[in-house]
Amino acid sequence: MTRKLHHFHGGLHLEFHKSMSMAAAVERAPLPKELVLPLHQHIGEPAEPVVAVGDTVLKGQRIARATDYVSAPVHASTSGRVVAIEERPVPHPSGLSAPCIVIESDGEDRWCERRPVADYRKLDPSALRNRIRDAGIVGMGGAGFPSHIKLNPAQDHAIETLILNGAECEPYITCDARLMQERPREIIDGLKIMRHALHARQCLIGIEDNKPEAIAALREALTAEESTFIEICVIPTIYPAGGEKQLIKVLTGREIPRNSLPASMGIVCHNVGTAAAVYRAIVHGEPLVSRFVTVTGEACEQPRNLEVAIGTPVATLLDAAACRREAMAELILGGPMMGFQLPGEDVPVVKTSNCILALPQDHRRNGQPVMPCIRCGACADVCPACLLPQQLYWYSHARDMDRVQDHYLFDCIECGCCAYVCPSHIPLVHYFRFAKTEIWAREREKKKADLARRRHEFRLERLEREKREKEERQRRKKELLKQKQAGKDGEEDAKKAAIEAAMQRVRARREEQHAAAKNAAEPGAETPSTVETGRKQEEHGE
Amino acid sequence: MWTAVLIITSLAVGFGLLLGYAAVRFKVEEDPVVDQIDRILPQTQCGQCGYPGCRPYAEAIASGEADINQCPPGGETVILALADLLGRDPKPLNEEHGEHKEKRVAVIREAECIGCTLCIQACPVDCIIGAAKQMHTVIEEECTGCELCLPPCPVDCIDMVPVKTELSEWTWPFPEEEATAETGDEAKEAAS
Repeated sequence: MTRKLHHFHGGLHLEFHKSMSMAAAVERAPLPKELVLPLHQHIGEPAEPVVAVGDTVLKGQRIARATDYVSAPVHASTSGRVVAIEERPVPHPSGLSAPCIVIESDGEDRWCERRPVADYRKLDPSALRNRIRDAGIVGMGGAGFPSHIKLNPAQDHAIETLILNGAECEPYITCDARLMQERPREIIDGLKIMRHALHARQCLIGIEDNKPEAIAALREALTAEESTFIEICVIPTIYPAGGEKQLIKVLTGREIPRNSLPASMGIVCHNVGTAAAVYRAIVHGEPLVSRFVTVTGEACEQPRNLEVAIGTPVATLLDAAACRREAMAELILGGPMMGFQLPGEDVPVVKTSNCILALPQDHRRNGQPVMPCIRCGACADVCPACLLPQQLYWYSHARDMDRVQDHYLFDCIECGCCAYVCPSHIPLVHYFRFAKTEIWAREREKKKADLARRRHEFRLERLEREKREKEERQRRKKELLKQKQAGKDGEEDAKKAAIEAAMQRVRARREEQHAAAKNAAEPGAETPSTVETGRKQEEHGE
Repeated sequence: MWTAVLIITSLAVGFGLLLGYAAVRFKVEEDPVVDQIDRILPQTQCGQCGYPGCRPYAEAIASGEADINQCPPGGETVILALADLLGRDPKPLNEEHGEHKEKRVAVIREAECIGCTLCIQACPVDCIIGAAKQMHTVIEEECTGCELCLPPCPVDCIDMVPVKTELSEWTWPFPEEEATAETGDEAKEAAS
């Protein structure tokens, strides 16, 4: 039975250049003297080191732990000694440095004790997810989202369909194709483990029809299996069929609404590389310490796929592919459509690095000058997200961040189709990346400004309050002083009144005495005594 | 005819009452333009515009007292946003008020700090902690880089340090430089 396939909007038929790296079987890349393991190789919070400089570590030993639910641990990818925990250049378009753990290899590549699961079917899905989280597995298709979260279905959305993405639609890249061809059993077993964790009803593996060997290998592995719930779907080769939303549309005909996840529609999509990593983590107890990387491009004499220990410098891989440095004009991590230029060869391969591309000339524009937009609309015809790139360009160029969001900038998957077909050679995706990061930067600034405003307002309020309180204190002090003053005055008045009263009494008596003396001169012998008593009375009064 | 007059009059009275009620019920408390301007300003509270803080500057712009190009920390972005909001023509930053610099934060050389609290009193966002005769330090995340703490410091122990760009906060550069440079070269070639 063949499944009815659907089409997504737009897309391109490209020159795929895949045969150059497809021919040779995968080999182990040489182990470098020094491995650099960034602490932040995934989406979410960076990991936190649990080793110190000078510690000896074994291959597969955890050297940094996850700090949050959305985070992933990092494991030593070979045995050796931790020689530094410091900032080193990391594979990022900025060329900036980030904290890394540097391991000096002892050349023995000795594993730590591995704890495989005898039968995953007896394991509880949540215990299985914990194992996958502890193995540091993240989405290996490029996004690097921690896989255990995508294997944890929400309570209200039962997972109906589990999709394995083997489309690998970007030109030049063949690491997934080679993995499917060489290790189909691992992928199928990994898929079954994932299905167990998700309780998915059906599993689909989507592969583009330009990988016949991979399809044949997987089919063969599947016939031995006799699993009725796994279906291999061969899809037409149209770039970008490997985009998550595009692949879901092709396989199921359903579109994921904006701002929501496939899980809300009962669909989960994982990369084939992730499935193989899950298999190794559960069945062999090996954490994610290596991956397949395509090293290719016209500047390489022996383009090939290599199994690379995470943390291996890009330079080592270029040497392994016999890259002619003098012919190399551009060094790209990822594919020619979505990848970015590496600032140097000293950056390490991380969990999400799928391809190293050494190109002899500027592949994007072939040296052609940028011309003004003529609004031909070719970009809108090919946009797989059904956006209007010319409008997005217009507003990004004018730095009008509100209007550019009104045109759904954040639904852009940066596939590069628009820039590829643009007759004016405008670097459209560059504008969209600029606009996205600029919007985030403005939001951060806004938050900071709001905080500063709040703090400033609080300070003004505080100063005002302090001033009020000071005034209040002063007023109270003054009042108290006045009261005291008033009290003192009162006392003095009373005293004065008493003195006055006493004096009046004395005066009155004296007048009386005078009158008495005038009236009766005969009883003069008595007068002195009355004066004396009057004085005594006065003294008593005081 | 009297019916018509009566109807029109009653309608006029009715609508008048309705409008009067609406004017009281939905009264806008403050001039919202000031708030809108204040939201655009960077809230550095540095006073370089000549007003004691961002809000007073916003009020001055709203009343027509100040121009829109007096905010050096905001730079071109703020001028453009203000021009857009107020429907005026954007103009270059007024050099009298200072030049636009990259974002920096104050850092106290703690060994040299004598604990005088003068910088604490100067900080417009209260982001310096310390006490008299105790070492002071700046809360980096909350520092606006206004430089108001520099002049009061009697021992000059405060440095303005550029903020290190984190990987997660890095922004893609605007692509135009590349484009115009190339078209410029092309034009030159064509001319020669």
